[in-house]
Amino acid sequence: MAVPDSVFRPFRSSDAERSDRSSGDRLRHRQKVRQSIRENIADIIAEESIIGKDRERIIKVPIRGIKEYRFIFGENAPGVGQGDDESEPGQVIGKAEGHGRGAEPRAGDQPGVDYYETDVTLEELIDIMFEDLELPDLERKKLRELAAQRISRRKGYRQVGVRVRLDKHRTVKAKVKRRLATRHTGHHLHDDHERFPFHDDDLTYRHLVTDTKKESNAVVLCIMDTSGSMDTMKKYLARSFFFLLYQFLLTKYRNVEIVFVAHHTEAREVTEEEFFKKGESGGTFISSGYQKGLEIIAARYHPSLWNIYAFHCSDGDNFDSDNPAALRCAKELAELCNLFGYGEIKPLGSRYYESSMLNIFRRLEADNFQTVLIERKEDIWPSFKAFLAKDRGREQ
Amino acid sequence: MAAAYDINTLEEWDARIREKVRDFGLDCYPQEFELCNHNQMLGYMAYSGMPSHYPHWSYGKAYEKLKTLYDYGVSGLPYEMVINSKPALAYLVRDNSLLLQILTIAHVYGHNDFFKNNFTFKSTRAEFTISAFKAHGKRVRGYVEDPSIGVEKVEHILDAAHAVSLQCRRNLAVRKRTPEEERQHLLDAARPPEDPFRTIHRRKAYVEPDLRKVPLVPDENVLLFIRDHNPYLAEWERDLLTIVLEEAQYFIPQIETKIMNEGWATYWHKRILDSLELPQDLQLEFIVRHNQVVRPFPHGINPYHVGLRVWEDIRRRYDEPTPEEARDLEPNHPTGTQKLFEVRETDRDVSFLRRHLTENLIRDLSLFEYETKGEDLVITRVADKEGWREVKEILLKNVGMNTVPAIKVEDADFGHNRTLYLVHSHDGRDLQLEYAEKTLSYVRRLWQRDVALETVIGGKRTLLLYNDRGFSTKTLK
Repeated sequence: MAVPDSVFRPFRSSDAERSDRSSGDRLRHRQKVRQSIRENIADIIAEESIIGKDRERIIKVPIRGIKEYRFIFGENAPGVGQGDDESEPGQVIGKAEGHGRGAEPRAGDQPGVDYYETDVTLEELIDIMFEDLELPDLERKKLRELAAQRISRRKGYRQVGVRVRLDKHRTVKAKVKRRLATRHTGHHLHDDHERFPFHDDDLTYRHLVTDTKKESNAVVLCIMDTSGSMDTMKKYLARSFFFLLYQFLLTKYRNVEIVFVAHHTEAREVTEEEFFKKGESGGTFISSGYQKGLEIIAARYHPSLWNIYAFHCSDGDNFDSDNPAALRCAKELAELCNLFGYGEIKPLGSRYYESSMLNIFRRLEADNFQTVLIERKEDIWPSFKAFLAKDRGREQ
Repeated sequence: MAAAYDINTLEEWDARIREKVRDFGLDCYPQEFELCNHNQMLGYMAYSGMPSHYPHWSYGKAYEKLKTLYDYGVSGLPYEMVINSKPALAYLVRDNSLLLQILTIAHVYGHNDFFKNNFTFKSTRAEFTISAFKAHGKRVRGYVEDPSIGVEKVEHILDAAHAVSLQCRRNLAVRKRTPEEERQHLLDAARPPEDPFRTIHRRKAYVEPDLRKVPLVPDENVLLFIRDHNPYLAEWERDLLTIVLEEAQYFIPQIETKIMNEGWATYWHKRILDSLELPQDLQLEFIVRHNQVVRPFPHGINPYHVGLRVWEDIRRRYDEPTPEEARDLEPNHPTGTQKLFEVRETDRDVSFLRRHLTENLIRDLSLFEYETKGEDLVITRVADKEGWREVKEILLKNVGMNTVPAIKVEDADFGHNRTLYLVHSHDGRDLQLEYAEKTLSYVRRLWQRDVALETVIGGKRTLLLYNDRGFSTKTLK
């Protein structure tokens, strides 16, 4: 045998920089991921893990659309591993991963599991979510905007202006410059103490321009029934809905505030944590929650300055005697709000034997009022779309 | 980070290694080394090392996956990546230490020799590898840029073709019969055997073979079959299928010889470095690195480790057999090293392990069989006196192309409505149904008519059907 030939090609950083040839395929893959997220958005939203997380947070989204399917063996395909002297039948050596074993198409790779998760930030996810909702466009729809702050901003200097904006420092500097310059004219001064007065040309004024910032404000009134009949699952469904509403408004308004009103037979304004965690017992007066909402609006969020979105979640188990009052308050709220919604949360099956407010609210004739029925996680996204559709309809 | 050596140093070491390569009798293609940084290496890995490869999003996905694993420190970079081509092409990560480069260079010559001499690689035509991949890339890019085709349509076909790319001939060294030979073969097989007692025996009824059937005999080359028997495919679609098929066939030998090939390269890097008389500091680092490469994966199979152990055992059995083993050896048997070279030419993983993974070795390696039970992986059998044969059989099912279910085209006109009828040769392992469903939808996309797959699910013969109403299953009698 002869000595084999060999060649070494040194590293060239110019090649390294040019050779990012996977960029096109990565981009394409990224597009596929987004598309897949869009297609599975309802499932992802229904995942408990994203609700109530902050926007920077990275979440893992299992992607179905971009698995590379091929014929693979299922679960009854035993494998062989390497152990030690201690290995014996019955010993558990690990967890089964994903769905069976799949052969990757790469050369020389051991067959691996083709499950795939991708990282997206919540922000990205929310963008994708709202991207194809064809949501109400605020500019076009002239939602209530407030020309709020007239900020004066400095922008350069002028030779003319009002006396209060005289920039003394620059004025003196200008004078000093002029004085020094006179030396070269041959007309210079013999006596340093001779008076050298200010000239009109020295005077420098700060120039101000005024900015009109359009400020748009929105407030989300989250009203929830926290009576004994609202269990964790119901609260979770409500929470998901409020989360979406809040995140949506955040993308549309510069300034979004959120108010939590919890009610059973009487209503209180609470913090977010109390709102979702604390359970209370007792019956339900829905009107109390609405009354509280109206009070808060009257005190802090005047409808001429604020876009008000109110949403109420309950299981519909109201005291019959309260129904007329609830209807009356709902009407008032609907007049003040951009959108007012009522979501009845009835985990599957329970709607047949429990009382419902849906029939009562059918009598409320306001075109910005919407009732939705949420029976399970999968309903959240369609309900949300239906809720916002009301807004669109009204504005057009 | 610049490494503490320059390219001349590498060339000097390479020259010394090449002399050893010659002395040991390895037979290599000319070798090219290219130094790259870690980003380039990730790029090469995503594209199976090919310097030019056709674009497809799955490679972007592979890159992201590799990069994530690398960035989070879950997996390091491989020390080397070598391509079966003539000349053989290998990438070295420039940030590696000098010892790692020396080890890698020696390892690469092991692979190179294997590529050149192992029978499975004979069909890959190494001298055309690079240009073939380049041509594929160019053609696919052409279709993507063609305004009448575009990326969506190209992906539509490639996605589907990738799904069944490994559904093809496994042993390329076996010649495929021509249709004429196939026909003759069928006729011969149908003829009743010569019977010396034909005067007293009743004559067996002659069953005429159906020569109009397509395919005449079940065809395991699904892509090729669809390409040649679906007249509605456009020329460019046919070409895409050809490209995917050729790539799969290029990679199959590597899948088929993973354990042998890695074991072989490891065996030789060890022998070469042992003979180089490394200075002490390098020698110490070598011991550490080598042991990292060949450490057994707990509860898995490390091909470097298992491969190396089998090769070493072959050599030992021929050079220093135990009295028991000596009885089994053929008379005038070759020396250990001669035997190694013989085996590296004529075996692939399945035959290699079947012949050379002995009972003793299985026990030494503590191999066991495991199954999925609920959410857990549970050991079901260990390599004791009773169990080792079964453990070995299971191992053989999990190497090379045995990891891919064997599926053949049985009939292209099933039920006389051009339904493509596929049959899965069930070997005790059921198909994963979700994957089977999706893959069948891809086959249907390519075939453009209904497809059916006969398999066994939970002990019952089952027909998986994909038609315009979607996926359905039917139990067969």
